[in-house]
Amino acid sequence: MLQGFIDQFWPSTIDGLALGSIYALIALGYTMVYGVLRLINFAHSEIFMIGTFAALATLHGLSLSPVGGFSLVLLVAVLALIAGAVSGGSAVLLEFIAYRPLRRRGASRLAALISAIGASIFLQQLFARVVIPWWFDLPKEKGPLPIQEHFVERSNVIAIGDFVVSIDKFLIFAGAIIMMLALDLLVNRTKLGRGIRATAQDPETAVLMGVNIDRIVTATFAIGGAMAGVAAALFIMRFEETNYFVGFLLGIKAFTAAVLGGIGNLRGALAGGLVLGLIEMYGSSIFGSEWRDVVAFSVLVLVLMFRPTGIFGESLQQARA
Amino acid sequence: MAILRLNKVRIGAIAVGAVLALGVSACGGGDDDSSSGGGGGDAASSVTIGFMGDLTGENSGIVIPPKQGAQLAIDEYNATNPKTKITLKEYDSQGRPEQATPLAKTAITQDKIVGLIGPAFSGESAQVGPVLEEGKVPSISPSATNAKLAQNGWKYWHRVIANDNVQGAGIATFITNGLGAKKVFVIDDASEYGKPLGQTVKQSVESGGATTSVDSIDAQASDYGSTVNKAKAFAPDAIFFAGYYAQGGKLLKQLREGGVDARFLSGDGSLDAGLAKGAGGKVADGSVIGCPCLIDPAGEASPASKKFADAYKAKFNNDAAIYAAEGYDAATAFITAIKAGNTTAEKINAALSSVDVAGVGKQVKFGSNGEVTATDVFVYEVKGDTLPLLGNAKEAKLG
Amino acid sequence: MKTNESTRERTNGSPTVTNGRPSFAALTPRARDLAGRLPAALRAPGLPLAFPFAVLGLVADLFRDWWGRQTGYVRWAIYGLLIVGALLLPSEQVGGFMSPYSDWAQLLFFPIGGYILLAIGLNVVVGQAGLLDLGYVAFFAIGGYTMAVFGTKFGWSFWEILVLGVLLSALSGVILGAPTLRLRGDYLAIVTLGFGEIIRIAARNTDYIGGPNGISGIPHPPTLSEWTVPESEPFTTLGLAGIAPLKYGALDGRPYYYLMLAAIVVTIIFVKRLESSRVGRAWASIREDEDAAELMGVPTFKFKLAAFAIGAAIGGAAGVIYGSQATSIIPRNYEFIISATILAAVVLGGSGNLPGVMLGAFLVAWIPERIRGLQEYRILVFGGVLVLLMIFRPEGLLPSRRRKAELAEGTGGMGSLGAEVGGPTTHAAAEVGK
Repeated sequence: MLQGFIDQFWPSTIDGLALGSIYALIALGYTMVYGVLRLINFAHSEIFMIGTFAALATLHGLSLSPVGGFSLVLLVAVLALIAGAVSGGSAVLLEFIAYRPLRRRGASRLAALISAIGASIFLQQLFARVVIPWWFDLPKEKGPLPIQEHFVERSNVIAIGDFVVSIDKFLIFAGAIIMMLALDLLVNRTKLGRGIRATAQDPETAVLMGVNIDRIVTATFAIGGAMAGVAAALFIMRFEETNYFVGFLLGIKAFTAAVLGGIGNLRGALAGGLVLGLIEMYGSSIFGSEWRDVVAFSVLVLVLMFRPTGIFGESLQQARA
Repeated sequence: MAILRLNKVRIGAIAVGAVLALGVSACGGGDDDSSSGGGGGDAASSVTIGFMGDLTGENSGIVIPPKQGAQLAIDEYNATNPKTKITLKEYDSQGRPEQATPLAKTAITQDKIVGLIGPAFSGESAQVGPVLEEGKVPSISPSATNAKLAQNGWKYWHRVIANDNVQGAGIATFITNGLGAKKVFVIDDASEYGKPLGQTVKQSVESGGATTSVDSIDAQASDYGSTVNKAKAFAPDAIFFAGYYAQGGKLLKQLREGGVDARFLSGDGSLDAGLAKGAGGKVADGSVIGCPCLIDPAGEASPASKKFADAYKAKFNNDAAIYAAEGYDAATAFITAIKAGNTTAEKINAALSSVDVAGVGKQVKFGSNGEVTATDVFVYEVKGDTLPLLGNAKEAKLG
Repeated sequence: MKTNESTRERTNGSPTVTNGRPSFAALTPRARDLAGRLPAALRAPGLPLAFPFAVLGLVADLFRDWWGRQTGYVRWAIYGLLIVGALLLPSEQVGGFMSPYSDWAQLLFFPIGGYILLAIGLNVVVGQAGLLDLGYVAFFAIGGYTMAVFGTKFGWSFWEILVLGVLLSALSGVILGAPTLRLRGDYLAIVTLGFGEIIRIAARNTDYIGGPNGISGIPHPPTLSEWTVPESEPFTTLGLAGIAPLKYGALDGRPYYYLMLAAIVVTIIFVKRLESSRVGRAWASIREDEDAAELMGVPTFKFKLAAFAIGAAIGGAAGVIYGSQATSIIPRNYEFIISATILAAVVLGGSGNLPGVMLGAFLVAWIPERIRGLQEYRILVFGGVLVLLMIFRPEGLLPSRRRKAELAEGTGGMGSLGAEVGGPTTHAAAEVGK
């Protein structure tokens, strides 16, 4: 068992970091919404799913031959922009329809959670039954199929013995770090960011201080959605395929990552994502891939037993969103 | 094929009921339907046979062809103006047992079916079996291949396809003899279909002298990195994947990207052009897929196969796809029994035990446990978007 | 049930809500009020949608007022009528309307009956103790696997296994709860979600219990009596003639429905007794303010653990009964979505209020079956309905008075969403305050 871990240490590490980066980007959306509204936005996984389809539809329209190197970086940047915009917009729309009326009524968080689950089901089915067949012109009797678009020419950025980093994994990692830094700046250095932090800390006082809560909530969803969109574009670059339930497992894992790092905490989300990705890959190499999720959730339980608010804790004063 | 459903879908599950079969809505309010053949007091000029399987869900792509095959056989039969006409009624279980069970009860108690083609998958078969047994209604599955189904001692259950043990052993023979592989990496999708099939292949290639290593993937996950790393460390000659094409394509793509170049093999669950599509470009070329089913849209295997392929194409404007021939054969078995003048479920069941007719792909004859006696496994090679037949797994060789 | 006492509790419950009885004249303002909380763009189209909810709220209020004024005898008569009505439900006449597409008796057993029992169990955890459990399916699975393993491998009978399954589930609830119940709110939610997944995946990977193929050949409960409903009036008219209600076979779903019904009735009595006991009051205090409860000397951890164990036991009972009917179970039967669906049932009906929770479970199980005619769009519709119901009735279809009172005086806006998982329920909490 341990032999597997030693043999596959470097490939596992690199795969773990790449996977963890995607978790981290999705986790940012969960953690921001949670920080502001104290709501587990279950439909966030569908926001990610919508992003993957936006990226794939763009590629579908372009119908490129495989690209690599610098043009790949450019292409992914464009995809990230488009997917980010679509996902961000969808998240705002989601908040407007499924959560805002509940906030107005002072509904319990539990009600909002059910609304989120309902919205998640609705969006998945909307894509499975209506959007995908129409968009990609698929026959109905074949059922909801996965959609592919092969466009990446893979090359290795680093290759030293076992330590091989391909360009897609490198870009995912780099993308996650860049987005994280940008978000950190946005939250800590801008007026909007101050509004978000104030609302997260104490909504009532924030209102008294002249913060427009509705605007802040909208911005939170837009930013969180955009992060999911960027994650979606990077995901499409790596796997070149999506389907309507792609968000489900990733969403649960990303939420786990957010909790692992300390929910409501931006840097915690990044750390939690990377840690979870590594744990999954190391765990698989030791126990076999079928125990991957068991290892991930067991580590979560263990961490929470000793640090009940995650690795970084809930309120890392500055970084808290 | 031994599944319920390829991917777990939140949606599908929340409903815990199935999307209604197109046909059921057409016959809506079937309780006052007059076509209550078998038990009906009136002159039984028509009987109803059910078809049950996933007609709208994840795996409907491999259930619609056998349904159309069955439809073709029954339409051909009705066109001969027989004494007893057959109506085919659809029951969409979405491949989920908890939906299949109530549908089976409706089929037996309200629609009074005299026979059932299906259930398509093994999971639903396991739960529907006892219901059919107590309702004394015979069933013939075109595609449920789980080996354990035949061990329940059911008297009304049959299938026209060889089980997974036969399939696994057949493919293993090809791996060790046809390919001469010495190191085989077996990957399953941890489903009720993939796991047993993978285990059979593992044991069979080991007894054929090969060393093995195993791993599982999660059908819902996108990243199979840990499996790829494991395969790479093992450095096999051949990789066998027990699972469905949607994951098979992704897995193959990631294996190749990870620098694992061993020949890729899979079973009936991956026998679909979707495998090549998922892997992208020509990545899947040269992969070998085994199946106890005969897919022969060009009609090269036999005149019977040619006739079926042409008729299918003419009727549905589609090439005969996976299990279409088996659907046709299952319907043929029922037709043979009904032609002989049996119009009640029990009589038809008794007649099925002596049915011995030439089907499209094989001789249709059932053993006392309901298994079809033919045990042929065919292998197919992936070439672009096509899956040409290589031949019988026992003697096939790569060109 | 001590009816006198519960009358007193109910009338004392929350006098602030209804000053005078609501009238139908209030309907339009109510609907307008509901729609008015929508974002501006949705307000006009929202108004007609809001009407049915306003009607429902009004009827519920009227009924509650009427119920509060009744004596014990009337209430017992109503309980009796309800049970008789439940006994008559599997009638074919009812089934023809309720479920034209699938076998009604089978649906009544599962998902409808099964969901109701599960929802009652989850309501103990979520509605009464205020703990968010997203992995409730784990206990359903443990019950099912207990039935399967002890039924097929050790040859125990159904009734023995039912007891064992309940005990094992309760034990697993304690094992899960002991290390995790110190966590609050959403941390507990994700841990329970993880626990549900761990149970399912471990079952899938364990060859002793069949791995992904699960276990088949699970025995039915032994036949208690061959007695058959006579083929005569009034049973013929009622569509119940010819049932052998205590003979458990594969084809007839109705005996299982009666078994499930019995389990539900027993569970309701048990849960109701708990609710008006010291335990129920302790739960209410924990739900409302855990710190205050702790300071007042309520051993919160102990009571939270009890809630977990009791909820788990009820889920386990549902699992045993389902397993014995299904004859085969696989790990796929126990996915996260069941947890989410049952939670939706609890909240949809009115978390903490037993009739509401049961109504919610019924709707969640029944709607997707009834709208089979919509074919592949029906789950899409179901998801949309869930969102709409929450928009127009976030407190649930039949909330308890206390919850409504909380909402009425709530600040609206962000407040509640930012608050702890809210729980309703009524009289028990009111007594603590006395």
